[in-house]
Amino acid sequence: MSDTTQIAEANAKIMDGPNVPGPETARSEKTRSLAQDAFRDLVRRPMFLVSAVLILGILTIAAFPSLFTSVDPLACDLKHSMEGPSGSAWFGYNFQGCDVYSQTIYGTRNSVIVGVLTTAFSLVIGGLIGVLGGFFGKWTDALLSFVTNVFFGLPLLLAAIVILNNFRDEKGMRNAGVMAVVLTLTVVGWMSMARVMRGAVMQVKQADYVAAARSLGASTSRMMFRHVLPNSVTPLIVVATISLGAVIGAEATLSFLGIGIRPPAISWGVMISEAQQRISSGLHPLLFPSGMLTITVLAFIMLGDAVRDAFDPKLR
Amino acid sequence: MGRFVIRRILQMVPVFIGTTLIVYVLVTQMGGDPIQNLYGEKPVPDNIRATLTAQYHLDEPWYLQYWYYFKGLLQGDFGESIQQGRPIAELLAEAWPETLKVAGVAFTFELVVGVIAGVLAGMRRGSFIDNLVLVSTLTVIAVPIFVLGNVSQTFLGQEWGLFPVSSTDDGFISYVLPGLVLGSVSLAYIARLARASVAENLRADYVRTAKAKGLPKNRVIGIHVLRNSLIPVVTYLGADLGTLMGGAIVTEGIFNIPGVGYQLFQSLNVEDGPAVVGFVSLLVLVYLITALIVDLLYAVLDPRIRYE
Repeated sequence: MSDTTQIAEANAKIMDGPNVPGPETARSEKTRSLAQDAFRDLVRRPMFLVSAVLILGILTIAAFPSLFTSVDPLACDLKHSMEGPSGSAWFGYNFQGCDVYSQTIYGTRNSVIVGVLTTAFSLVIGGLIGVLGGFFGKWTDALLSFVTNVFFGLPLLLAAIVILNNFRDEKGMRNAGVMAVVLTLTVVGWMSMARVMRGAVMQVKQADYVAAARSLGASTSRMMFRHVLPNSVTPLIVVATISLGAVIGAEATLSFLGIGIRPPAISWGVMISEAQQRISSGLHPLLFPSGMLTITVLAFIMLGDAVRDAFDPKLR
Repeated sequence: MGRFVIRRILQMVPVFIGTTLIVYVLVTQMGGDPIQNLYGEKPVPDNIRATLTAQYHLDEPWYLQYWYYFKGLLQGDFGESIQQGRPIAELLAEAWPETLKVAGVAFTFELVVGVIAGVLAGMRRGSFIDNLVLVSTLTVIAVPIFVLGNVSQTFLGQEWGLFPVSSTDDGFISYVLPGLVLGSVSLAYIARLARASVAENLRADYVRTAKAKGLPKNRVIGIHVLRNSLIPVVTYLGADLGTLMGGAIVTEGIFNIPGVGYQLFQSLNVEDGPAVVGFVSLLVLVYLITALIVDLLYAVLDPRIRYE
């Protein structure tokens, strides 16, 4: 997983940096800004459309699971144990006799919440640290870069295990709630965002319009939020979209190791972890949640790819 | 160059201290009871608890504990595992060769196959090979590694008998399947990175000049394009080496290989602080050293990059 964020960072480096014109030019009617160009370009890409439709579908399932199934995911009947897919249960039943389809639908919410919240938090923390370091330079940058490096040295999965190990329920059993997983993955995952943002800000800071704003007497905060930030945020968004998929995968991995979300809470990772222990008696409880997980991760990575290509003028 | 290396090594010291300190505090100070874990549900005899507490400095504040630990580390002493009562250096010496074999297979696999696939795809953008590489790498990235491990173990190992199912009894062949699984995700990223940067460099001015000079195609691709395209790949490989070693927790668990990841996970489960920090210290060291090697490789690949 850490490799995913690393690569996202490297991908953003390949990108030609942010040369989106400022919001000022975007308002004029005659010339389209790069952002508008990119958007027009995006809507025509099949990859973007497919991933957008998939993501909308997944978000709907996460928000309103009861629209998609009327079966209670926790109403399990042992007499159905390991029954294969049929007309009444599309994905079959798992070892405990629970409906796999219903569980997959209800498991979507936890996975999506972890993905979206972790990415949002990392975006804010990483973005802020990146902007401050890149904009102010000197000792601020040295200090923030040091902190970033220290966290980068921690192997991601390992650090997440160490932290989550400390969330216990009253009986002393490992039991991390959704928010604990979100916070942990944020703590171990914000660094690549900070690096990407720092690089972009350092590039934009050199631009003529920033110098112009400074010579016109703009305040530091105005320069930072009005000029530098809007022009350097694109690579960050791209990295965030790609890493959203990776975070969902990471959550599943933690649940798989028995550390993240635990039963009776449902998530795809929990389902896969339970199913793989009985892999010899039937593959369907493993394949369906794995398939959903794969499709979700795929959709977010495809979206990120499409956005990156659209914003890269060199690939036109 | 020499000065650059020395400066980088000096910069590594605070990062190493910071990272190991965080892990040490997280593992030892979060309320677990490693001595109780030795006895499971049974009560611990008072005299044994007192002896062990004194031996591992468990009653002293965390900064003193870390200080004792760090002092030992400077003298090459990794300390002793609470759970197994053995020197951690011994545990490390047992686990490392296993992990190195798995990581070695993974590294070779992702480097050779990844770069070849990426270069072929990048040279013919939009062709069948390009689309094949794009779709297959996306799929591999999207499938979580534990799903990949389980499914390949079930089919390639159990059902079709192509590979040993688990453990390390069959010599080198037993490391092949875990290595392939471990390397698959990175392979996909390397292929995509190589593809993107080959496609970009093919349009660079110096490639046009090289073609205009009448250089044979092999030389243009091999020397001019490839060498310049390898920089992002090398960056990635460097960061990836650390991930391969530490991130092998899942793969080593599935295939039952007693490597670093597996040992780490076991030690974490019983809150064996010294053992966890010992393994992590070594992982961090590997990570820092590969980062330095990557920086030095930049200068080899791109003569414009120089270190004063």
